[in-house]
Amino acid sequence: MAEQFRTCPDTGLKIHLPAQALMKANAVAAVVFLLIGGIYGLMVGLTRWPAVHLLPADWFYLTLTAHGLNVLIFWMIFFEIALLYFVSSVLLGCRLATPKIGWVAFGLMVVGALLNNYIVLTGTSSVMMTSYVPMEAHPLFYLSLILFAVGALIGCFIFFGTLVIAKAEKTYEGSVSLVTFGGITAAIIAVFTIVSGAIILIPTLLWSLGFIADIDSLAYRLIWWGFGHSSQQINVSAHIAVWYAIAAIVFGAKPMSEKVSRMAFLMYILFLQIASVHHLLADPGMSSEFKMFNTSYAMYLAVMASMVHGLTVPGSIEAAQRAKGFNSGLFEWLRRTPWGNPTFSGMFISLVGFGFLGGISGVVMGAEQINVLMHNTLYVPGHFHATVVIGSTLAFMALTYWLVPVLFRREIVMKGLASWQPYLFGFGMTGVALFLMGAGTLGVPRRHWDITFSMTGGIVHEFPAAANTLLALNGLSVLLAVIGGAAFCVIIVASLLFGRKLGDEEKLDPPIMASQPADADYVGIGKFGSTVPGTLVLALVFFVSFALYYFINWKYLAETWGIS
Amino acid sequence: MSTLSPPKERLWWKEPIDRSELIWVSIVFVWGLVMSFMMPYWHVTGNQNLSNETYKTTPESFMARTQANVDQYTIRHEGPRDYPVVKPPPGGDVYMVSRLWDFWPIIELQKGESYRFHLSSMDWQHGFSLQPANINIQVVPKYEHVVTFTPNAIGEYSVICNEYCGIGHHMMIGKIHVVE
Repeated sequence: MAEQFRTCPDTGLKIHLPAQALMKANAVAAVVFLLIGGIYGLMVGLTRWPAVHLLPADWFYLTLTAHGLNVLIFWMIFFEIALLYFVSSVLLGCRLATPKIGWVAFGLMVVGALLNNYIVLTGTSSVMMTSYVPMEAHPLFYLSLILFAVGALIGCFIFFGTLVIAKAEKTYEGSVSLVTFGGITAAIIAVFTIVSGAIILIPTLLWSLGFIADIDSLAYRLIWWGFGHSSQQINVSAHIAVWYAIAAIVFGAKPMSEKVSRMAFLMYILFLQIASVHHLLADPGMSSEFKMFNTSYAMYLAVMASMVHGLTVPGSIEAAQRAKGFNSGLFEWLRRTPWGNPTFSGMFISLVGFGFLGGISGVVMGAEQINVLMHNTLYVPGHFHATVVIGSTLAFMALTYWLVPVLFRREIVMKGLASWQPYLFGFGMTGVALFLMGAGTLGVPRRHWDITFSMTGGIVHEFPAAANTLLALNGLSVLLAVIGGAAFCVIIVASLLFGRKLGDEEKLDPPIMASQPADADYVGIGKFGSTVPGTLVLALVFFVSFALYYFINWKYLAETWGIS
Repeated sequence: MSTLSPPKERLWWKEPIDRSELIWVSIVFVWGLVMSFMMPYWHVTGNQNLSNETYKTTPESFMARTQANVDQYTIRHEGPRDYPVVKPPPGGDVYMVSRLWDFWPIIELQKGESYRFHLSSMDWQHGFSLQPANINIQVVPKYEHVVTFTPNAIGEYSVICNEYCGIGHHMMIGKIHVVE
């Protein structure tokens, strides 16, 4: 068995070779589907830009369907499977359970993703990612998603199996690491998510084949969102685990306290999924009590968890920096971070963008009554481009720069471009999120090819002129983000193909794994009675922005028609 | 002891909590309570609370009742499609059909009066997006959603579909007039 492992000279991690092969395959597939989805996204953005209006209507709806599925499902889940194998097998120094079945899972996911792309490209399944019944897609559309989901579910069970092996073979002492704990959170939510998907997609497949007469459209929405929204909760749990991992990789950080961070992950498991009901706030047929309890994650307990991570991740970095001697003033620790290291800058932009843009907009939009101002407007895609793209995608990109030398033993090429890449992608996507949300506040609908109503025979609605400006600015931001996204794909693919091969014993210089400050260095750090005063100030700025924006939206709501 | 390795204490809940974390957790917990309070509070004091009054229906039944309402209250026909303009009495029932790809009929309301809107779809899911008031409601087939609206400004309003409903989705638009 011993020859099945190697020890990474850069990190000291013990890597199981069959697991490494699977992680490589899943990560490469992830980047391929990110590339495909990104090209579709470019075309969506250019069609929304009124002066460009690139695609005809049928191609726009096809492209929008394909964009959502490729980046929101395939890129994310492939990467997360690689991540689950990493946080179990590599971080626990354990062999991966049943690598052969891991290849079966991978094969199912690849077949599902390719089949889905094919059937959408035929034009028979332009039903959007949500595929709301009774609008009908080709049966292969549902089948391809089921195949992909079965593969992903198998991947989750391989992860759980690896945890059991690590425990039984005593490859670690005490409790698992915080990052592995975050991975467990993601995997538990993934099982709930995929089961919800199966409960709704299998009957929908049978309905599309004619074996079931009717699927209730409200029941579909309720269960589908148990899949559709919960899959985004997998992303959140996974990218927060990645944030914690990068804090250790770049700064040698330790958790501020294990208890708080782990309780926050536990609250995700308990409360995150019920919030999928915030997609149903503008629906008939459910009581307000039901809507309020679920949309608030049982009184905002999961929001609380996210805000806790929002403090403890930068807090752990601040503490480590202060322990290393950057202890003056409020923000010396932040000024002295490696802003040219894409692993750090990507993670930090992800953290700030996820919190300020995605988090605040999501909670505001998820208030039962305020939702009526935003439901199905461009505000919704604006919100989730902040959470899923700036938050999850950028965090995964940031980690990938580090995984290439660790897993593939290749040096990253084009380091100059790499140091700019998170800024191009992050700022481009910040524009996308802000301008789409802006257009949404003006009432511009999502998933809509023509907001000038040129084909209605003279029945038109004129949106405020600012809407056109915002959509043009969105187009420009899409271009910037696509340059950043393309730069990522080019750098990674070029590094895998042409990057300098690293020897089995060779250590990279500068090192890619920071040393940990000693416990003694942590003594007496901080200012004003706090170990992390800078982070606390940033958190308070966040809180004030959050509260102001929250109450401004209640004021907007009060100005519209009476609704009862 | 880093985030990548096992915690120092064998049992992680025995690890100490940093004071900054305690302060922040307290702030966030109270903020969660405030936000939890706002929704029921608005049900008591606010004027924008979406009704949950819902009935099972069928496209045929809903269309028949809409037709009866149109027959009773049509005051004129207008627009490129020569649609009826229906003006029900204040406090009365208003029926609006969502279908591939329009909203039918045109409605005329009086400012400051309340109307019971009946919304349902004849076919696929649609979105009732009232602009520029920016009120957005999901419309689904076989369910009839009854919502009371009280317009607070005169003018011509558009109803735009904002749930994707196939290749003609961007052509789906209707009108509501609000007069003195």
